[in-house]
Amino acid sequence: MESLYLLVPLSVGAVLVIGWLFWRALDGGQFDDLDRPAHDVLMDDDRPGKSADPAD
Amino acid sequence: MTRIHSFGDGAPRPQSPAAACFHCALPVAAPGRHRACVLGEEREFCCAGCEAVARTIVLGGFERYYETRESHDTGVGRAPLPGDLPPSEVYDDAEAQRQFVATPSEYTREATLILDRIRCAACLWLNEQWLRRQPGVLRADINYATQRAQIAWDLRRAKLSAIIEAVRAIGYDAYPYDPRREDQLARRENRRALWRLFVAGFGAMQVMMYAVPAYVDAGSGTLTRDVEQLMRWASLVLTLPVVLFSSQPFFAGAWQDLRARRIGLDVPIALGVAIGFAASAWATLAAQGEVYFDTVSSLVFLLLGARYMESVARRRASRKLDPLARWMPSFALRLADASDDASAVRVTAHVLKAGDRVLVPPGDRIPADGEVERGASSADESLLTGEARPVAKTAGAALVGGSVNLEQPLVMRVTRAAADTQAAAIARLVERAAAGRPRLVERADRIARSLTVVVLAAAAAAFLYWWQVEPARALWITVAVFVVTCPCALALAAPIVLTRANGMLLARGAALTRTRAIEALERTTDIVLDKTGTLTTGRYALVRMETLGTATRDDCLALARSLEAASRHPIARALAREQSTQRVRQADELRNFPGHGVEGRVGDRRLRIGSARFCGELCGSDLPGEFAACVAQQTTVYLADDAGWIAALAFEDRLRDDAQATVEAFKARGLAVHLLSGDAQAVVQALAQRLQIGHSAAGATPQEKFAYVERLQRAGRVVAMAGDGLNDAPVLAAADVSFAMAGGADAAQMQADVVLLGEGRLLAIDQSFALARGAMQVIRQNFAWALAYNVVALPLAASGWIGPWEAALGMAASSFVVVLNAMRPLLRETPALASVATPGLARSEAGR
Repeated sequence: MESLYLLVPLSVGAVLVIGWLFWRALDGGQFDDLDRPAHDVLMDDDRPGKSADPAD
Repeated sequence: MTRIHSFGDGAPRPQSPAAACFHCALPVAAPGRHRACVLGEEREFCCAGCEAVARTIVLGGFERYYETRESHDTGVGRAPLPGDLPPSEVYDDAEAQRQFVATPSEYTREATLILDRIRCAACLWLNEQWLRRQPGVLRADINYATQRAQIAWDLRRAKLSAIIEAVRAIGYDAYPYDPRREDQLARRENRRALWRLFVAGFGAMQVMMYAVPAYVDAGSGTLTRDVEQLMRWASLVLTLPVVLFSSQPFFAGAWQDLRARRIGLDVPIALGVAIGFAASAWATLAAQGEVYFDTVSSLVFLLLGARYMESVARRRASRKLDPLARWMPSFALRLADASDDASAVRVTAHVLKAGDRVLVPPGDRIPADGEVERGASSADESLLTGEARPVAKTAGAALVGGSVNLEQPLVMRVTRAAADTQAAAIARLVERAAAGRPRLVERADRIARSLTVVVLAAAAAAFLYWWQVEPARALWITVAVFVVTCPCALALAAPIVLTRANGMLLARGAALTRTRAIEALERTTDIVLDKTGTLTTGRYALVRMETLGTATRDDCLALARSLEAASRHPIARALAREQSTQRVRQADELRNFPGHGVEGRVGDRRLRIGSARFCGELCGSDLPGEFAACVAQQTTVYLADDAGWIAALAFEDRLRDDAQATVEAFKARGLAVHLLSGDAQAVVQALAQRLQIGHSAAGATPQEKFAYVERLQRAGRVVAMAGDGLNDAPVLAAADVSFAMAGGADAAQMQADVVLLGEGRLLAIDQSFALARGAMQVIRQNFAWALAYNVVALPLAASGWIGPWEAALGMAASSFVVVLNAMRPLLRETPALASVATPGLARSEAGR
């Protein structure tokens, strides 16, 4: 039970740190376009031997 | 009765032909005519536009767009041919560019473009890659959420018009975005809302973690007093920002309500949060009683989450209306010489300065504040003033930018350049959708309000009673009453369904501009269809011409074109496309008789172009027999002067591809279908017969159409009207619910409850009926559930049977049920529609 005296304040600290991290990400614009990352994975042209540019 | 529902997989499908256009999924009328090789196979296309687009995409090396796209068909329709779109050169104008182009260095220019005709993420990918490949383009980034493109180009190697043309070449459209539309503000708001939500969510999670041991332990005594106190303090610290920061919108809303001396839904929420937190804080400080930090923070989190989702959906909806901006006058016809209408030059409305003279054709929006210099007409200022009656405008009268010229062309002098009028009008359109709510929802709001009063009274009564009986429990029972009856289920019941219905409609190519319409949509018994531009594409072509006497074909064409020069009627556009060698002279004293025709003077001849009745009034004789061939089958207009008849011009208008299927779907739905048109009896009859429409009326003037709809309404019918022309505006306003085509006249669009986007797919009308029925059913279920829950929970909490945490659980569960119910499918797609909508899916499944 004694460990709780350390763990509970630690968890409060952890919440504050995570909150700060999230705020940084938010302010940096990471959440402005939530639709794109999901599609980027699919649109990424990674098929071998196929170039997106026929000019070369 | 349900013919359209009955197509089994093996049965023939008359409505989904063997070949659908590979690009836009519309049926292919002439197989074999437009073909191209895509993804290793020969594909059929419906038209030259789609074929050209597909070839461009394949040549550019972006074939896999066709593999990754999610659907072909969301009401965007066939790819436009170059001539269908307004010229892009105006965007190169240096004066116009000052409004939306940034200049980061000497030769670099930057702008934001709105992309139109976007269907899915694959379209965005294609556009981005394509833009990056254009010569002179330095940078192109598309935000997938807002669907706007940020581009930078080198002035020496590229022009903005060339970039826009490149986008058009692959079947989309782009136009500059006016940054003054408070994009920045919206982004800041979005970030703040997310931050609020996150603080509440993380606070709620963590506080719940501290609360669970206390719940589990309840009474067994494993948890020492000190540890419990420690957890309470930790909860207090984490709930503090939730109450002080995240709950701000509720407190602000409650404060506004109270200042306006009314009780809104925010009041009990704010009271519950404040009392719950204050009581828990006191319990923590005094080290006795119960704490409900978890209840408070999860309550705030759930409510904020619902509000955030609603605002995201609303932003999405308003974004879909962006493309409508193109049809509103970002352009104006500026006159170089005030006495000569032919000197009109199309310019962007931004560049108008005080003192400029502008020609405003009927049906167009007045581009800036000013006064009438020449002409007499009336203007619809209802969007700005709320006054529905048209205001008469004669020389010298003041014109308000953003209002609509209704009857005849006006020449105005600009007194104040007002570039924002258009933005303001669009914003108003979107706001109106949010502001007007269905009567059922309004009734629910009233119920929620009285319920709030009941709750406040019950809470006060419970407090007083328990204060006498058992003072220690009084406060907590009061809190429990507040929490358990938190009207958020009631508050969520309708908006979440409406938002969803709105989003689903948008995905099917229809924008709801008045949410109120959903209720009328559900009750609709009759649908009245306009012919021109609604059942047909509205794009006429001159197919036959008979002339009398010495007049040559070219002379008559020139006369007709000068009369129709200022008109936006489809006939006028067809005339403008017609080749003629004669110089088109300027017509004076142009007067537009909506539904009849146009009168004007060319040289010293007084001329009329329009219906036979209208022209006959001028020349005073009956139709000559020579015109018989024109009169017989097609839409015909006549040209006459006061001496006699001059010519008959026959036009033909192509039927929309889904007209037949739509009429059948209406019938399957049990709706009575009516056809109303200003065209000749023979034409209307033939069409009614072909589409098997039971009721039709030909030669109807706007007044007659209005009376027709009113007659139906007096007989107790609920009437939906679909139209597009200027003369439909009054009927659209009179109908219980109205649909307008995106390409139609501005006035029609502004009156309409639903605007069909893009090329205008008629089936979207039928789908909105289905969707409205589904949505209203779900809303009713939600209301019934929310009310029943409150009726049961309130006495239980007031009598002390429910503790605050059970209350919170009950509240959350009731909201959850409402949200879950709203997420059910609102629309059952008929098999025929589904097969048209997802050929891509069928193909990829077959390939596996």
